[in-house]
Amino acid sequence: MAQYGFYFDATRCTGCKTCEAACRDYHDLPLELSYRHVYELEGGSWSQAADGTWTTDSYTYYTSFACSHCTNPACTHVCPTGAMHKDDDGIVSVDSHRCIGCGYCELACPYGNPHVDRDKGHSVKCDGCAERVAEGKAPACVEACSMRALSFGPMDSLPSGGVPAAVAPLPDPSVTTPNFLIKACASSQPCGSTSCVVANAAEVK
Amino acid sequence: MPTDRTTLTRRTFVASTGALGALAACGTAASALYAPTSRAFGDESGDGESIVWTHCHVNCGGACVLQCHVQDGELKYVESDNTGDASFGAVEARACLRGRSIRPWLGSADRLNYPMKRVEGTKRGDGQYERISWDEALDTIASEFKRITEKYGNESVFIQECSGVEQNIMMNNPFFRLFNLLGGEVTRYGSYSSAAISFGAVPYTYGTSWGNRSLKTIQEGELVVLFGFAPNDMRMAGDGPGYDLNVVRETKNARVIVIDPRRNETCTNQGAEWIPIVPGTDAALVAGIAHELISQDLVDLDFLHTYCVGFDEESMPEDARGKHLSYRDYIMGTGYDQVEKTPAWAASITKIPAERIVKLAHEIAESDPCYICQGLGPQRHTNGDNAARAIMVLPQLVGQVGKPGTTSGGTIGNDDIGLSSLPTGDNPIKTKFPNFLWPEAIRDGAKLTATNAGILNADGLKVGIKFLVNYGNNMMANQNADIGFTTDILRDESLCEFILQYDVAWTASCNWADIVLPDLAPQETYSLTAAGESNDVEGIRFGQPLYEPKFERREVYEVCGELARRLGVYDEYSEGGMTREDWCRKLYDELREDKPELPTYDEGVKMGAFTYDIEPSTEVDDFILDPVANPLETATGKIQIYSPELAELTETWKLQDGDVISPIPVYYPGFDGPDAVTDEFPFQIVDFHHKGTTHSTYAANEVLHRLSPFQAWINPIDAERQGIADLDPVRLVSAQGEIRTTAKVTNRVIPGVIMYPQGAWHDADMQGDRVDHGGCSNTLTSRHCCPVSKGTGQHSVIGTIEKVEG
Repeated sequence: MAQYGFYFDATRCTGCKTCEAACRDYHDLPLELSYRHVYELEGGSWSQAADGTWTTDSYTYYTSFACSHCTNPACTHVCPTGAMHKDDDGIVSVDSHRCIGCGYCELACPYGNPHVDRDKGHSVKCDGCAERVAEGKAPACVEACSMRALSFGPMDSLPSGGVPAAVAPLPDPSVTTPNFLIKACASSQPCGSTSCVVANAAEVK
Repeated sequence: MPTDRTTLTRRTFVASTGALGALAACGTAASALYAPTSRAFGDESGDGESIVWTHCHVNCGGACVLQCHVQDGELKYVESDNTGDASFGAVEARACLRGRSIRPWLGSADRLNYPMKRVEGTKRGDGQYERISWDEALDTIASEFKRITEKYGNESVFIQECSGVEQNIMMNNPFFRLFNLLGGEVTRYGSYSSAAISFGAVPYTYGTSWGNRSLKTIQEGELVVLFGFAPNDMRMAGDGPGYDLNVVRETKNARVIVIDPRRNETCTNQGAEWIPIVPGTDAALVAGIAHELISQDLVDLDFLHTYCVGFDEESMPEDARGKHLSYRDYIMGTGYDQVEKTPAWAASITKIPAERIVKLAHEIAESDPCYICQGLGPQRHTNGDNAARAIMVLPQLVGQVGKPGTTSGGTIGNDDIGLSSLPTGDNPIKTKFPNFLWPEAIRDGAKLTATNAGILNADGLKVGIKFLVNYGNNMMANQNADIGFTTDILRDESLCEFILQYDVAWTASCNWADIVLPDLAPQETYSLTAAGESNDVEGIRFGQPLYEPKFERREVYEVCGELARRLGVYDEYSEGGMTREDWCRKLYDELREDKPELPTYDEGVKMGAFTYDIEPSTEVDDFILDPVANPLETATGKIQIYSPELAELTETWKLQDGDVISPIPVYYPGFDGPDAVTDEFPFQIVDFHHKGTTHSTYAANEVLHRLSPFQAWINPIDAERQGIADLDPVRLVSAQGEIRTTAKVTNRVIPGVIMYPQGAWHDADMQGDRVDHGGCSNTLTSRHCCPVSKGTGQHSVIGTIEKVEG
């Protein structure tokens, strides 16, 4: 079966977070937990001329991402029980009956994706809205995006123009081979860039 | 009740009625009816879950579809519009994060459940309320209405605007309908949002709304210049202007320049160029551009002489000639102040480098067409009337109005379907006052006159407001400038003698009411709403209640009917017993008389909603084709850069200190403008509409708080000087008050300016230290309004920001 994954067109995103809101609503997530995050990155500086006028080379860009459903996922490698696994369609998901809630997956994932839900006692994460996809629908986040910046499906069916995600604040794609393509925007910075910082840390913790 | 959707799908609807074909064949403006697809709504799933269609309408300009999955009387989750064409450029009324987060809001602990009254012996603002029966509440309201109107007359009755339920057919119209049967009430003119541009700029420039075209008119490769307009922050609907802008940018290769003190969401990923500007200085920027256009012979003189009044001596009205009063005189240094408005002069005020101003002038002159518009930010300063007019002059100078690819220099155009709201009958009282001045209308009453406060249709007010109705708003202690000033007036029961607050949730405003009533949310009752308030789409949302009313919440039409019974006018009020749902049907049927191609009401209810896109007009405006045969509704019949009406006002109106009314749109800083900063208050503090809320609606939704927090945006240079790090707790202080919030240290705001989202719910001990821990921006704003329109000057605030230790 084909490997499924996400596509994100950064040139269309406005950072509105409707994707995250729809995900939270559909999956009934508690406030402190989210499967999808929208990171705001910024860099550059300001300078003032002798006449008092301002110029700036600063920039801001958003990246929306959930689980990258990696080909070589860090979370499954560290899972002591095999609860964290790849499904037939390549979606990384949790077998909640086998999960012991140890949190190794949460520590290992460079995308910060699986989380241990302490109330449920096991890890939870984006499963690509498996139920919806099985019914022929798009994941909640994809269908919610007014700007059509998100897509989901077999990797070879995703819109052209995307490349394996390689923008800050994401890890280099060689680490886990994410099934997550990004069409970068003009402001996007490369993985590991030290010229930009996360500007909305409280919103993505 | 959940609608049974097993009988008719969207697909069968269109197939059976041929509505799509009818629209195409009859050649209406509709380019495509909302197209059904195989992804149409789900039917009953067999587990008791059903889909109920409703919508979100909270005065953002959108009316987004909410496809609600309901089970056992509870909302499980929301889908939005997934029934049209999902491809980029096609229209689906997809809800933004606000509508998508409706579930925690409907179930919020802040919801009002029962009628309440202020405990006897306590004063307004003490915050002590007790539950009462609906009968007691309604009897009290009716008897107070009778007592007060008998004592003071109906001019003492006032109904506030109702932002929280705008756009729906019902709004607060039931109160108007009821009171108009009982002698009427004094009314307002202008809204909080747009008073300065609507009443201080457009009438003197174009007469009536003229030349506004939506973003869809933008042509291949043209330049788009947006002054203080942020549709991707505030109008995020899938059929709204933020989407339109994104689409024309990508598909028409439009080049977008944003002039704003804050890097808004049009200039983040989407790559529009941001030109940071000092707030409140737009008129100076326009003057600097005008200087370059004039000195480089780039103005369209033929256009200015044919269509406009007041550009130069030649085009001045006869009685104003020979006095160096033209705009050209003002710009070139031969006007009243003898100062040449060079790009360097503009740079010193706007803090935009002179070379960038020069370049912008040439970019504008070289783009044909060129789309220049403004949002409502520039006009919300104390010099807002003038700023709005100045921005309108810019496209006029280069002849870029009145034709495809342009707009008026004002706000963007829209085209809604023409649905009427609940009729309110005839109000025998014609006196109107400017909306902003309602607290002054309580306090000062008959002291407010036509010449000192813009009272319309009378020399002045007869009496102060004594009976105040707040329905679906949070005006008293949140959305009105200077909460301390306002609530001091409200606390004094000798001024306003009765106050009703009727809302879905316990807002800070409830603490200033005598009776508080619990409303159904729009999603909990029948709701009929038109799309297209903010751009070119036409559509209808047919909202059905998600579940039976919970607790003792009741909707406004029925409640006003109960008041009508007590006041002896029920039959006239209800036209023989019509219900809210009956009115939805009747008003829709009236619309359909003119548009028979639309689905019937019952078909619409089963569809839930429909939206169709409107193709932009390709016609040149009639006034441009023949300005003599088709004059504008101004004093001169032309576009007025110089307004004779304003020249007259300068002779007769009494102004606040420091205010200026000018027949041409000159730059002046205005009260608490950029030149007013001091060592104590070194910053301009400007609020803005952010993504998490519309005004104060939804501002207590904790999900939205997390997604889009209220934070004070401060430039890193200023933050370092103030010793503030990102996320530090801070206080913002102005002469009016103090709020607490956290800092967002960001390059996205020009140095010298603090940007802070409006709408957070006020939370202060107003009989104690008055420090607002809820962080409502209006704790900081002032009562100084625009001189012509008396529109709000809330964006003109000076103050400071400090770290809160410990």
